[in-house]
Parts: sequence; C-alpha cells; structure tokens
Amino acid sequence: MIAVERLTKKYGDLTAVRDLSFQVEKGKIWGLLGPNAAGKTTTMRILTGYLPATDGKATVGGFDIFEQPNEVKKILGYLPEVLPLYPDMTVTEYLGFIAAIKQIPAAKRKEAVARAVKSAGLETTKGRLIKNISRGFKQRVGIAQALVHDPKFLILDEPTIGLDPAQIIEIRQLIKSLRGEHTIILSTHILAEVTQTCDGVVIINEGRLMASGSLEDLTASVRKKEVAVLKIRRGLQEAAEAFRAIPGVEKVNRDDGEIRIEWKPGTDPRDEVVRLCVEKEFGLLELRPLTFNIEDLYLKIVSGGAEQ
Amino acid sequence: MKNIWTVARKELRTYFTSPIAYVIITVFLVLVGFFFYSLIWWFNSQSMQMAQNQYYYSQLNINQQVFGPLLHNQSIILLLMLPLLTMRLFSEEKKIGTEELLYTSPISITQIILGKFLASLLVLLSMVALVGLLTTFAFVYGNPEIAPVLIGFLGLFLMGAAFLAIGIFFSSLTENQIVSAILTFGALLLFWIINWASNSAGGFWKDVLNYVSFFQHFDNMTQGILDTTDLIYYLSFAFFGLFLTHSVIQSRRWR
Repeated sequence: MIAVERLTKKYGDLTAVRDLSFQVEKGKIWGLLGPNAAGKTTTMRILTGYLPATDGKATVGGFDIFEQPNEVKKILGYLPEVLPLYPDMTVTEYLGFIAAIKQIPAAKRKEAVARAVKSAGLETTKGRLIKNISRGFKQRVGIAQALVHDPKFLILDEPTIGLDPAQIIEIRQLIKSLRGEHTIILSTHILAEVTQTCDGVVIINEGRLMASGSLEDLTASVRKKEVAVLKIRRGLQEAAEAFRAIPGVEKVNRDDGEIRIEWKPGTDPRDEVVRLCVEKEFGLLELRPLTFNIEDLYLKIVSGGAEQ
Repeated sequence: MKNIWTVARKELRTYFTSPIAYVIITVFLVLVGFFFYSLIWWFNSQSMQMAQNQYYYSQLNINQQVFGPLLHNQSIILLLMLPLLTMRLFSEEKKIGTEELLYTSPISITQIILGKFLASLLVLLSMVALVGLLTTFAFVYGNPEIAPVLIGFLGLFLMGAAFLAIGIFFSSLTENQIVSAILTFGALLLFWIINWASNSAGGFWKDVLNYVSFFQHFDNMTQGILDTTDLIYYLSFAFFGLFLTHSVIQSRRWR
C-alpha cells in the first residue's frame, strides 16, 4: 500500500503540493491526474525519495519514505518524466547497471535483466545502443528499468508521453498486465489514460487534492441524472413537446438540431421515445446515451468549480 | 564498497568506450615523451661537455636535472587535462536526467561520489603508470636514484587526485560541461600560483599562502622529500573537494 498523509512541498515561496493525502491499495493501478504544473511530478519525486517533503508523511509498503528511504528504494520502481537513459550503453548493459545499483546480487542479474527485457518487449533491441533506438523503444527501456528489480511498487511519471497512438496502446497493455502483482501510481494529464488503465484516481490541481477514489465511486458521485441525445429528421418542435410528456423525463432541450433528454435514474424513457418517433414519423437518425464520466468531473474541477 | 565499484565501472566504461580516455592518455604520453626526450638529450650533451672537468662532472645529477623538470612539466599538463576528465561526471547526469535515477536507487550519495572519483583516479593512475614505464629507459642507460623518482611520481599522483576532487566538485555545480571545466581550471591555477602573493604578505599570511599552494608541496616531493605534511595536504585537499560535492548535492535536494 502507498499512503500519503498531509504532504506539503514548498520551493521557496512557491507551494507545489499542499496538504495532500491519499491512499492506494495493494495491487491496484491509480492515476494521478491534473493539469500541467498541478504538482504531479513533485508528488512522485517525494514518493520515490528524490525530493524531501517540507511537511507530512508518506509510506510505501509500510516503510516511511523519510525514515527508511533505502528500504523504500529497494521495493520501488520509478520511471521519471525525463527518461533517465545513458545513450552510449546498450540496452542490456544499461539494465545490468540498473540491476546492480538496485542491489540485485551479481549471480541473479542476468536473469533479472532477461525478465525485464521480456516483459517490456525489448528482445529485438537489447543489443543496440540506446542512442540508436526509437522513442517508443526508449520508453520501453525506461519501463524495463523500473521493473528490473521486480519491485512491488511502481511509480510512472507520464508513461505514454511522446508516443504514437499504437505505441500508447502497447504501453497501456503492458501497464495493465502488471496489475495485481504490482501497486502502480501513474501520472497523466490525459483522461483516457485514467479511464482505460486505472482502477482509481487522485485528481489534483495547484497542489491541492480535488477528488480521489475508485473510478466507479467517483462517476457515481457525479451521475445524479441520466441524459440521452437524439437526432431526428423532422418535427423538432413537435417531438420535444411529445417527449416532455413521457413520465420520468425531467428536462428536454433543443440544441443545434439535437434534442437532449434528461431523466431520473431508475426510470428509462428511451423505449417510449423510440416508439413515438416511429409512430409520428420523426425519422430517427441517432439516439446516444450521454453518461457523466470522469471527464466532466475533471473539467469541473480544473475550471474552478471544485467539488468533493 | 560493491556499490562504489558498480558506479566506478560504469564511469570507466564511459571513459573507455568513448574516445575520451584514449585521447587524454595518448596526448599526455606524446607530450611527456617529448619532454623526456628533450631533457635526456640535453642532459646527455651536458655530460659530454662536462666530461673534461672533473668538478663540474661530479655536479651532474640526473634526478635533479631530468626527473625534476619532467615531473613539473607533467604537473602542468595534468592541470590542463584533468578538468576535462572530471567535467562530465556530474554535469552529464544532471543534463540527461539520469541523476534522478541514481538518487532514487538504494545507494548513497557518498558511494556515487566515491565511485566517480575512483574511476577518474584509475584513469589518472594509468597515465602516471605509463609515463613511469617510459622513464625506465633512464634506468636502463643511466643510474638515477630510484627512491626520489618514486616519491616524485607519488606526489604527481596525489596532486592529480586533488585536482580530480576539485573537478568533481565543480562538475556537481553545473549541468554545463564547459563551465565545469573552466571553473576547475581557474580554481586549480589559482591554487597553483597563490603563493606568489606570499611575497607581499608577511608573517602568518605568508605561511598560510605558501601552505595552501599546490606548488610548494609538489616541489618538495619532486626533490624526493617525503614529508607527512605534504601527504596530509593532498589527502585533505581531495577529501575537502569530495566533501563539498556531497554538500552541494545534498543541499540542492533540500532547497
């Protein structure tokens, strides 16, 4: 488990992280979400022991990061935002060096490197100099580096930044495959990354905690009503009137050739809507649900209207 | 100890897989070889001339007239070259972002510093040892005293070690290698010539300026004088450089 308690970090007058508390359960993947300069990297740097905090407490796997930094560093893998690669080493040499400084005994290093190479999909590039491989492979080397000592905890700072869409999917698959064995915190400012890979999310803005919890809990908290959007060929005015009369419907808005229907959770007027469209020949083109999701919450938070 | 060696091995690999170490060692050997040749040639011609006069002939001393100047020449070359050996040690890590990796690994800052110092020390040792090999020709064809020569080379090595420690300190201050090298060079030259000011200073300060200057201690050792003061001077200088490096790295993280 990773637990952060009232963490504060000041750089001179600037407060990068303010009174931040959250917890990540064992075996889960959590996203640290926030706009640029929200304090994501600072939080991660504190958790990895790179930076000391001004105030507060953080534990990783039961070890206090400030009291027993070396114990934490042994069980933690870290991918910094700027890939920490030595361009003049081959992938294997590099991972061998990392294995050594992560205190893997000499006899087991080869095995550890081979395992990291395999799980990051680097078999074809392992003999090449790091400066000669592509950005996507460099990112994989970065991940392999974080995995080489088989840490129970992983901290990944923007693991998919600078990759093409296909590579992003691959890296996400890789991260997902680590779930269960590893407890992972990854930072991102991309919402899709959180909804697709994470079990939970911590949203921060300007160094403050805005919301945290599992994805289901958070989406449930914002989903107080359900919405669908409807597109029809003709009779916009008439249709809106008709839909308003359906029981359970709370609000019907016309907007740019579309009709937006809101209703109370528990009732579902969509059957009735479709029946009416067919009966009155409105010419139904499209009916899609508009679920409130993490995106709405995130946008609400970063645009100022903070809400726990 | 194991961690120190791990870091040192990584630095040695960088020195020897890139041209850095080869270029520095080769240029050093070529220059020192030239000086050695010139000094021996000059000494040889002096011997020929002095052979007629018994008194002057007895005054000739290969230790003083060949090895002394040779060691001084080498020390100047080291002053110019060693900053280039240390300039990348910490600057590069900071520039390419690998310092984050080192400081989040379960090894201490002291181990990282000592590992880097050890690697540069081994390159220096190979430079001094190869020159030592070169000068065995003087022993084959002449009969210099061996003890003063060894003490002179020990002095050269210790002074080089102090240079390296200062270089590592400046490397930890900046992520720009050129800046690091120039600062190191400036500081070393200043410590070299600081005893010039002792002429105008008096009493206590005269002694202090003479003591902190590299030159006086090295000059003793080139003459074959082995004094613990000189040994302590170089060792404390190296320790001081590394200690400052540690403070710089530590304080930057706490800022």
